[in-house]
Amino acid sequence: MIDTKHIGRPLPTSHFEIEKGRLRFFAKATGETRQEYLDEAAAKAAGYRSLPAPPTFLMSADLDAGALFNLLDELGISLGKILHGEQSFTYFTPVCAGDVLKVESHIADIYSKKGGALEFIVKDSVFTHQDGARVAEARSVIVVRNPEEKSA
Amino acid sequence: MNINTPRFDEVSVGDALPTLDLLPITRTTLALFAGASGDHNPVHIDIDFAKAAGMPDVFAHGMLSMAYLGRFLTQWVPQSHILNYNVRFSAITPVGAKLTCMGKVAEKKECDNQRRVKLEIGVVDDNGDVKLTGDAWVSLY
Repeated sequence: MIDTKHIGRPLPTSHFEIEKGRLRFFAKATGETRQEYLDEAAAKAAGYRSLPAPPTFLMSADLDAGALFNLLDELGISLGKILHGEQSFTYFTPVCAGDVLKVESHIADIYSKKGGALEFIVKDSVFTHQDGARVAEARSVIVVRNPEEKSA
Repeated sequence: MNINTPRFDEVSVGDALPTLDLLPITRTTLALFAGASGDHNPVHIDIDFAKAAGMPDVFAHGMLSMAYLGRFLTQWVPQSHILNYNVRFSAITPVGAKLTCMGKVAEKKECDNQRRVKLEIGVVDDNGDVKLTGDAWVSLY
């Protein structure tokens, strides 16, 4: 069982630089066809400062920093046992190439279901622009499968 | 502003949004998404690791489906109109799955001097199996 003492624990703060090349790679990987995500001139014509980061791209900030995976490693949880349960984003202002975001995360909750066969780690993150504005918030729920535990 | 953006007065609760049909997911799709997203969990790209973890094969990142569903949203409204976006992942998406993003208008309201609609959205495969469900609030003029 994951020790609930980790509830409330802050994860290391990181900084995430939004890069044009990474955004184009993400656009290719997701089959994006809209020009404002592929071409900076089209993005500016659509009112963005540069290429916009698409709605789910902020997840990469956590992945690049390794905040969650490092925690799982510390807790002895294999990546083969985890599934993504839920994901939420709240947006306050668009994020574009050239922005540098400060990412502050903490473990918001840990709980189990089915007699411990499934455990849940809830992580909340706040994204702040270099000008000080809060641009977005995110919540991730990670499911840990423990097939050796009996269902209650 | 995009001239094709729907207006608040023109949409009704129950209206279906234009679907987004994706190409079948390949191993290449997963390799590219692993690199682009930064999710290098080998369970999505290394069949040996996936089998050792008790899975029959690699399977798609949940965030790939959520990214597709994000494309579905931004083909309907400019991204700056999306206020929040929430999903619950309900089933694993295997290699070869052919996904479709769909959704409908679930609620309309005006608050904080803003006109908002709630969209109920989801991703299904070509067998009709639901891979994720969620909702998003967007602002409209």
